[in-house]
Amino acid sequence: MPFLAGRIRTRRGRVPALAATLACALVAPGLTGCAAEPDPGTVTVLNSATDTAEHTANQRFFDRCGKPLGLKVEQISVPADQIASKALRMASSDSLTDILELDGSELPQFAQTEGLRPLDDVGVDTSGLSASAKSLGSYDGTQYGIARSVNSLALIYNTKLLKDAGVTPPTTWKELRAAAKKLTAGDNYGMAFSASPNADGVYQFLPFFWSAGGDEARIDNGKGEAALQLWKDLVADGSASRSVVNWNQQDVNDQFVAGRAAMMINGPWQVPVLSAQKKVDWAVASIPVPEAGKPAVPPIGGTVMAVPKNDEDPAREKNAGKVLNCLNSEKNQLQWGESVNNVPTRATAAQAYAKQNPKLAAFAELVTTARSRTAKVGTGWPVVGDALAGAFQSVLTGRTSPEQALHRAQQQASAGK
Amino acid sequence: MTTTVTSPAPASGAAETKSAAGRAPLRRGLLRWLFVAPALAYMALFFGYPLVRNIVMSFQHYTPKTYFTGEAPFNGLDNWRAVFANELFTDALWHTALFTVGSLLGQFTLGLALAVFFSRRFRLSGFVRAILLLPWLVPMVVSAVVWRRILDQDHGMLNTALHAVGLAPQDGVPWLSSPGVALLSAILVNIWIGIPFNMVILYGGLQEIPRDLYEAASLDGSGPWRTFRSITLPMLRPVITVVLVLGFMSTVKILDLILALTSGGPADSTQTLGTVTYQLSFLQLDFGQGAVVGNVLILISAVFAVLYLRANRADFGKGK
Repeated sequence: MPFLAGRIRTRRGRVPALAATLACALVAPGLTGCAAEPDPGTVTVLNSATDTAEHTANQRFFDRCGKPLGLKVEQISVPADQIASKALRMASSDSLTDILELDGSELPQFAQTEGLRPLDDVGVDTSGLSASAKSLGSYDGTQYGIARSVNSLALIYNTKLLKDAGVTPPTTWKELRAAAKKLTAGDNYGMAFSASPNADGVYQFLPFFWSAGGDEARIDNGKGEAALQLWKDLVADGSASRSVVNWNQQDVNDQFVAGRAAMMINGPWQVPVLSAQKKVDWAVASIPVPEAGKPAVPPIGGTVMAVPKNDEDPAREKNAGKVLNCLNSEKNQLQWGESVNNVPTRATAAQAYAKQNPKLAAFAELVTTARSRTAKVGTGWPVVGDALAGAFQSVLTGRTSPEQALHRAQQQASAGK
Repeated sequence: MTTTVTSPAPASGAAETKSAAGRAPLRRGLLRWLFVAPALAYMALFFGYPLVRNIVMSFQHYTPKTYFTGEAPFNGLDNWRAVFANELFTDALWHTALFTVGSLLGQFTLGLALAVFFSRRFRLSGFVRAILLLPWLVPMVVSAVVWRRILDQDHGMLNTALHAVGLAPQDGVPWLSSPGVALLSAILVNIWIGIPFNMVILYGGLQEIPRDLYEAASLDGSGPWRTFRSITLPMLRPVITVVLVLGFMSTVKILDLILALTSGGPADSTQTLGTVTYQLSFLQLDFGQGAVVGNVLILISAVFAVLYLRANRADFGKGK
């Protein structure tokens, strides 16, 4: 699932859903849930696979895993940005599904409610997962969610434009700035990234912020300024559009595909769009780092599957656990990863993936050092993310200096706790 | 709104019948209440209950955990204090005021001008009027996405057009990318969206004004401006209040347009009460604080609803 890519497209359908819940709450207060008691032979899943192709692909894997166990898996799909509220409404009427698939950054808020079952308790094997994938699904040291595949961010570049300009893909910030400047000509920018004031922009800011030594738990530790300065310089040089403050990750991809940006920061969920067009030849490189030799620290993204507690019927939890184990077998992870262009989370599957998809190998590499947004601040992430968004927006629009911006961001983050 | 106005009437009627002796009047009183009951029940269920819940919620520590455990401990004024201490809230309040006043002013003036224009029949007037309705028919999110492209600083249609006539600065107007301009752009888009609604209602109102009044005016030798001021405007007053109140209600809670257009940015310059509630309730999942902002919105709307009712009462008083 692209990281929150479907935010705008998917606003429809909220009203009927709301109306149904409202009717539910009014007609049946006190009853245990409005949904009919589910059939014991089924496992229900709440996910965001509203797209037909994605829904069908999911169902194929669910069927493959359910059949040998004698289980039927049913998906309930709502748009990605409504998963959390839908799940909460279901929880309040005791009708939560057996498996809950949500964005990794939302997991802590659900884990904190104590409404999720630790995966160990239902026999889900998480031992072979990469460390970064484990941190994406854990809260307070306990594994609550498991990701089949994960994504991250990399530098995607227009091979022809770089070749024509005699530029090799930049590996350091200095090179990035120089390359972006050189690649800027006429109407076209050398670099594109998303600095929108929502989750998209924050996700894109993190690889720079973290690689510079920035710390989301102590935003004003004096290191994140460099990342803000880099973004500011790119825009001030004219190497990136001033509209980056409005662009979400989809817009950035649109610019790249239109040939208006020679390089962009983006994730593997754009691969289907990139592959479907013929206009631009592209390749993926690792994300540039502040100084040569330093490791890149990009964010890790993707959805995790969790098992809500079901005290009345523990057998359902066990069934859900079995399905999760099967979905996360090496073979299934690899196939799933390939179908959604994300990197499998089992280290062995990830290696096979990198070998079979050399074009996306950079992502497989980046994912191993990637960091989870919620590993340090847990449930505080939404407030911290907002504070960071405020910081880069005010710096890019020239309202404050990087130092002031991060100082203020830290104040906002502490006030929001 | 109408139900609240009508419900006191049967109530006073019931009081009168009670004083009269005999069972038949009593039954009649009961019957009257039965007629009112469905409306009352509906109001209580669909307006009263959510309203009370929202108010109660604003005094509770209401988090995702509440949905699982059902526990929402009261925390006094904590939510209110937190919200009012938040700079963003004060900014959003101010932006909402500007946005609402600006949008209403633009929508109404242009809507009225167009309505007056179209009230004189001419060739193709029906066709052009139908076309002008388009912004109203397009879903708001769709128009916002289209406008985002039009307003793009580098490649947007608007800047290109301004360049062509030599009106834009060298690097274009930063419609959505500058904090100083973004709110104005949002207002302009909202005006565009709101014109059809204003035009249609005001046009309907204009049709209701008796023609002979205009004839009399012209016999008295009044010019177009005088006619407009002394006949059109006063006769249109009830319609104008309705248009303004409805416009106010839908503008003050604006959310989808802003989310699709700017997501509240750049640098929070287009945050409104609507977007702040959305952020608090649906992104930070702090439903208590979200409810506080929601309550402020309800309060503002209520003040205007009361003003509207009073204005209407004054109308009735004069008429009878």
